[in-house]
Amino acid sequence: MKLVDARGLSCPQPVLMTLDAIKEGNEDELEVLVDTDTSRENVLRAVTSQGWKYDAVANEDDDGFRVICTRE
Amino acid sequence: MKNIFATRWGVIAVGAGIGILAALLQKWGNPGNMGICVACFERDIAGAVGIHRAAAVQYMRPEIIAFVLGSFGSAFLSKEFRPRSGSSPFVRFVLGVFAMIGSLVFLGCPWRALLRLAGGDGNAILGILGLVFGVWIGTRFLKGGYNLGRTQKNHFSAGLLFPLVMGGLLVLLLIYPPVAGESKNGVLFFSVTGPGAMNAPIVVSLVVGLIIGFVAQRSRFCTMGAFRDVILFRQTHLFGGVVALVVSAFVANTVLGQFKPGFAGQPVAHTMWLWNFLGMSLAGLAFALAGGCPGRQLFLAGEGNGDSAVFVLGMIVGAGFAHNFGLASSPHGIGLHGMAAVIVGLFVCLFIGFTMRKRIA
Repeated sequence: MKLVDARGLSCPQPVLMTLDAIKEGNEDELEVLVDTDTSRENVLRAVTSQGWKYDAVANEDDDGFRVICTRE
Repeated sequence: MKNIFATRWGVIAVGAGIGILAALLQKWGNPGNMGICVACFERDIAGAVGIHRAAAVQYMRPEIIAFVLGSFGSAFLSKEFRPRSGSSPFVRFVLGVFAMIGSLVFLGCPWRALLRLAGGDGNAILGILGLVFGVWIGTRFLKGGYNLGRTQKNHFSAGLLFPLVMGGLLVLLLIYPPVAGESKNGVLFFSVTGPGAMNAPIVVSLVVGLIIGFVAQRSRFCTMGAFRDVILFRQTHLFGGVVALVVSAFVANTVLGQFKPGFAGQPVAHTMWLWNFLGMSLAGLAFALAGGCPGRQLFLAGEGNGDSAVFVLGMIVGAGFAHNFGLASSPHGIGLHGMAAVIVGLFVCLFIGFTMRKRIA
């Protein structure tokens, strides 16, 4: 599973990195790390627009969110 | 808990609310087509504390203070207050300086560009086209790998500092409120005439600002991001909020008798189209490189983002340069050195965009 670590990056970097990873097309599963609610919402919106589905869970250390996305 | 403000209809509702409240603030005393202008109001604050001494634009605008405090309250209550900083703060400061200079050549931030359009000011069309052009250049850099690096987590109190500074400015305003006909009260400067002397009552400005700060933080409303996301991702989520703002402000202005279509003689505006366009191009590029419009930077600073706080300080200092150096426009046209400042600013932003592509560690 490919990992996209977008923690600490400002808009629109997390979305750009996620879309780039999706468009590489090699993976059916993606793990995205973000550290703000805004980035989480933006990434979820972006992966949905690509026809992917997602599952968001907060990190254990409360340092942000780990989003697991899978190709439908 | 689902955040209803961050849905498509949520951000549309927030945009519509801002449009109506801005029209009302104008009705209640704020300058023409300037119910809310983040750049102009930060410039007025720079005047109030004497960073520049342009007599017509000095007032401790409660709206700016309340935007930050409202956003802080919202972020704190929703557990989104996350103090962090360290993503190229000085670069963001410089971007803030030139964002302000570009805005003051046009005479307004993106918020006011939209409100000017909704008030019938045709010159705003050139400004908005310039904004889109500047943001478009910014998206080319973003596609090419431009970034300012990561933030780091910071102390809780470090995130609290900017809202506290805003609280301090509010205390100063309450200790030294404007006195009719006086250009100074205590340490604060006030305009006796001009846009700086036009203001809604302090309590009204504060309440409206708190409401907008609260809902804008929840909805992530951003005027620059609206255009950026359409250009970059063909995504219209934030754009819905911007359209709603223009439509609702237009309707409210019409109802309130504030809609006056035309190009000449518009309030706090000039008709030099090229410089309306280029001023806003500079501002749009600087906002795109900094990742948010001036309002969004205030809301992010309220969430504890120290880099956005530095950007805001850059804008306030930029307002000082803009008026001290004769870069800011007036209703008569651009300032003596406005052209030079816009050209220098565009080169600085291009330099930043072309050179800061270091790979993210």
